[in-house]
Amino acid sequence: MATDGRMFWRLILKLTISIDKMIAHAIFFYTFSIIAVVSAIMVTASKNTVHSVFFLILDFISISCLFIMIGAEFLGMIMLIVYVGAVAVLFLFVVMMLNVAQQKNQWFAGQATSKHIPVGLIISTLIFFEIIIVIGGWKYKPEIFDINNSLASTSVSNTHSLGQVIYTDYIHVFQISGMILLVAMVGAIVLTFRQRSGVKKQSYIKQISRERAEGVEVLEVQSNKGVKIDD
Amino acid sequence: MEYLSIIFQEVYKILFLLVPVLVSVAMIVWLDRRVWAFVQKRQGPNVVGPFGLLQSLADALKYIFKEIIIPSSSNKVIFILAPIVTMTLALIAWAVIPFSATQVLADINVGILYLFAVSSLGVYGIIMGGWASNSKYPFLGAIRSAAQMVSYEVSIGVIIINVLLCVGSLNLNDIVIAQQNMWFVIPLFPMFVIFFISALAETNRPPFDLPEAEAELVAGYQTEYSGMMYAMFWLGEYANILLMCAMGAILFLGGWMSPIDVYPFTLVPGAIWLILKILLLFILFALVKAIVPRYRYDQLMRLGWKVFLPLSLIWVVLTASYLFYFNLLPVN
Repeated sequence: MATDGRMFWRLILKLTISIDKMIAHAIFFYTFSIIAVVSAIMVTASKNTVHSVFFLILDFISISCLFIMIGAEFLGMIMLIVYVGAVAVLFLFVVMMLNVAQQKNQWFAGQATSKHIPVGLIISTLIFFEIIIVIGGWKYKPEIFDINNSLASTSVSNTHSLGQVIYTDYIHVFQISGMILLVAMVGAIVLTFRQRSGVKKQSYIKQISRERAEGVEVLEVQSNKGVKIDD
Repeated sequence: MEYLSIIFQEVYKILFLLVPVLVSVAMIVWLDRRVWAFVQKRQGPNVVGPFGLLQSLADALKYIFKEIIIPSSSNKVIFILAPIVTMTLALIAWAVIPFSATQVLADINVGILYLFAVSSLGVYGIIMGGWASNSKYPFLGAIRSAAQMVSYEVSIGVIIINVLLCVGSLNLNDIVIAQQNMWFVIPLFPMFVIFFISALAETNRPPFDLPEAEAELVAGYQTEYSGMMYAMFWLGEYANILLMCAMGAILFLGGWMSPIDVYPFTLVPGAIWLILKILLLFILFALVKAIVPRYRYDQLMRLGWKVFLPLSLIWVVLTASYLFYFNLLPVN
């Protein structure tokens, strides 16, 4: 029996050795992509909105893992910083504050039909066909897509190659996308900004520049008369 | 056998990094309390072991033997996940910290981005804990910390851009080596100050400890936690503080490099220098805790958005134009 056990362990060892790099790569790829797909489905399927956001975060993280696996480490890290570190936090913030969970449950349980469903269906089919056209075209007619792959294969790190492209060839597109974000931000501020009257505000300059003369007043108090100090 | 030996080697390396980090977290808690006590003319923990050094171990033992209470109306999965997330995120960031030119677990190209990403994920432990507790004070603490950490991350990101402009690489070892002639704390001194204050806010340290302001929110997001789960939050918090100190040491104080490039100093291994610099920054953290009163929430937001962000952005423009004008931009 003891020899059998040893044989078994030897077999296991042989198996582990025969797993080469490609298989390890495949294992990681499928793990991350399965997590990504399942969590994407769970975003829409879970009834609790906060859970949806947590699944969305899991989705972002596994997608950034996939980015890192194909060698786009800069993109993966930026994905983590921007989407997971900032955007999803604000999502969570809003969802927790609004308590949307209940509303969503009512909507699912209710009999009333919603006008949003056909619109959503149309948009999602449009996006689906767009993706099919792009991927299909890229797969079967790669020459119509003007993708310059020369930078990806050179020895510089992909942060450098991204920087070389973004700030030279695509500078205008890059600037315009920045302007669009700025306009969106200004719009959001304009929509929510309101000036309320009668709110006491702290002015640091006023506080610091206050002198003794304007703050303190010495009065002679006559007996049985008192003073009126507020004006 | 080849694969097994590789796995063993990696596990050995990881343990060799994590065990000292965990032990130093325990020691740093003691140091924090000691410095705090000395500022207030007290003795602090001085009973357990020599100078009270074993106080944290005794505390940990106490936490282990306490009951873990899970509130019946809480969201149990997320409630249990929250301290685990905090702890894990605080520990995985140490993978990229270089202790010398060769002593680094993962010498990746985008090291500083990785550090930044992991420290920005740290907010999730707090939000998850606060929301899953299903209680008012933890929830308020979580909301506060979400807003606070997101605000101060922005200025930390811009400060990192300042350093990167001078280095020309995202690799942490390159950043250290670029400071061979002059530490970045000298030319970028205002940025160092802003980084230090933002690090205080990012790790929820006093004077920015609003998420756990005990006068208003009991213990903030930790209110419902007990036993080992509370201790894990606590460990993760201090590991995060150490991490921010390490980040400051690498970005501004020359990392593992010796302060003077002269014979007897260069003999000392880089890890010792890095640890000394981390300790220096940590003692500053502890002093700030003892000296400065807590900020009000609107003052905190004002400082982050209206003071630090414009200042660091202006400094980016200044650094970039200085480097461009004098043709000092690092090109490779």
